[in-house]
Amino acid sequence: MALSVREYRARIKSTESMKKITRAMELIAASRIIKAQQRAQAAAPYARELTRAVSAVATFSNVDHALTVEPEDPKKAAVLIVTSDRGLAGAYSSSVLKEAERLVEKLKGEGKAVDLYTSGRKGEAYFKFRQRAVVRSWTGFSDQPTYDVAAEIGATLIETFLAEEGDGGVDEVHVVYTRFRSMLSQEPTAVRLLPLEVVEGTEAPEKDDLLPLYEFEPSPSDVLDSLLPRYVQSRIFFALLQAAASELAARQKAMKAATDNADELIKKYKRIANQARQAGITQEISEIVGGVNALADAQAGSE
Amino acid sequence: MADLAADKVLQVELVAADRLVWSGQATMVIARTTEGDVGILPNHAPLLSSIIEGVVDVQTVEGETWIAAVDAGFLSVADNRVSILSERAEMSHEIDLEKARQDLERAKESGENDDAAQEAVRRAEARIRAAERAS
Repeated sequence: MALSVREYRARIKSTESMKKITRAMELIAASRIIKAQQRAQAAAPYARELTRAVSAVATFSNVDHALTVEPEDPKKAAVLIVTSDRGLAGAYSSSVLKEAERLVEKLKGEGKAVDLYTSGRKGEAYFKFRQRAVVRSWTGFSDQPTYDVAAEIGATLIETFLAEEGDGGVDEVHVVYTRFRSMLSQEPTAVRLLPLEVVEGTEAPEKDDLLPLYEFEPSPSDVLDSLLPRYVQSRIFFALLQAAASELAARQKAMKAATDNADELIKKYKRIANQARQAGITQEISEIVGGVNALADAQAGSE
Repeated sequence: MADLAADKVLQVELVAADRLVWSGQATMVIARTTEGDVGILPNHAPLLSSIIEGVVDVQTVEGETWIAAVDAGFLSVADNRVSILSERAEMSHEIDLEKARQDLERAKESGENDDAAQEAVRRAEARIRAAERAS
């Protein structure tokens, strides 16, 4: 028996308080997922209408836009990695970072230099620890992203995409985020954001569904000019919202596992502590009995 | 009834980046585009237009008038469906007039030449206009 009963009691107590914490985090994550999903749903109409408008312009005008032009010989790519701000979410951040590393390797294999952009403290810390340069990182909003943040990220990425090669411009922009499939499965996903492939929208119009002949005001190119950046921003916003919901789901799952483990540990320690207590009692009894016997022997001897 | 009057009403959706602000049936929508105010009546030709910070005016089928303040965005009209997309949009009754006035003061003080400040001024003015017209 390595430890005394008292020490086991202390361990049980600390495991119990840990269990309370993980249980609380599990419940908090569970309640926030619902809100995160509602936010994602609330953002859907905007994305849908925007996609409809973009495909309308793309279908009914022959305007080429800088954001849709495929560069002939892409040499440099930017990768935006969406991670969480806080840990305790199981493999959430590491799996999205792994997916990002795969993409970076692939891009390097194609002969493109890679610029990294991160969102979330975990991604920032990962690259800092490995002393790899990150062009820009945004932190502090991973579990409830606002549109303003998405707009800022979008503006930065569009600016780099449109910049000339000499000023740090890139030819492609990719985003790696975690897609929220269900409460049980979240999937790290890499998508190419720029140059835009316009018709890949979530709700591409049906083939026989005739799109109306639009009038554009002031002109198709002007409309496209202000439409496309917003489209990009809305897609980034979508990625951030999906990542937020995934993060919370991953955290809930991790915390549930932690709570279950704490339960197991408490059970185990209780058994050992009881054993130790029993052993102590047995020993005490045998000591008393031994003492009484010795006394009786001594008394019998003296008589 | 909606089917009967399908060619006489507009299905309007006012959408901000993070939520659906208002949706319903209307007889007329007025919005401010880069070219000036435009009024949309049922059976309007398909239109896609950029709108600027301003007030959107919706006359519902019940004869009510809804007023909303919007940021720069888009107006899209097709098949009697009107979608107004804006990064930020607020219905007039959601606007705090006092706060909007303060915002305007602050925006005016922060600089006349700055593009961002100009935009903030226009946005604040639109919100005040929307709130005042509703009351």
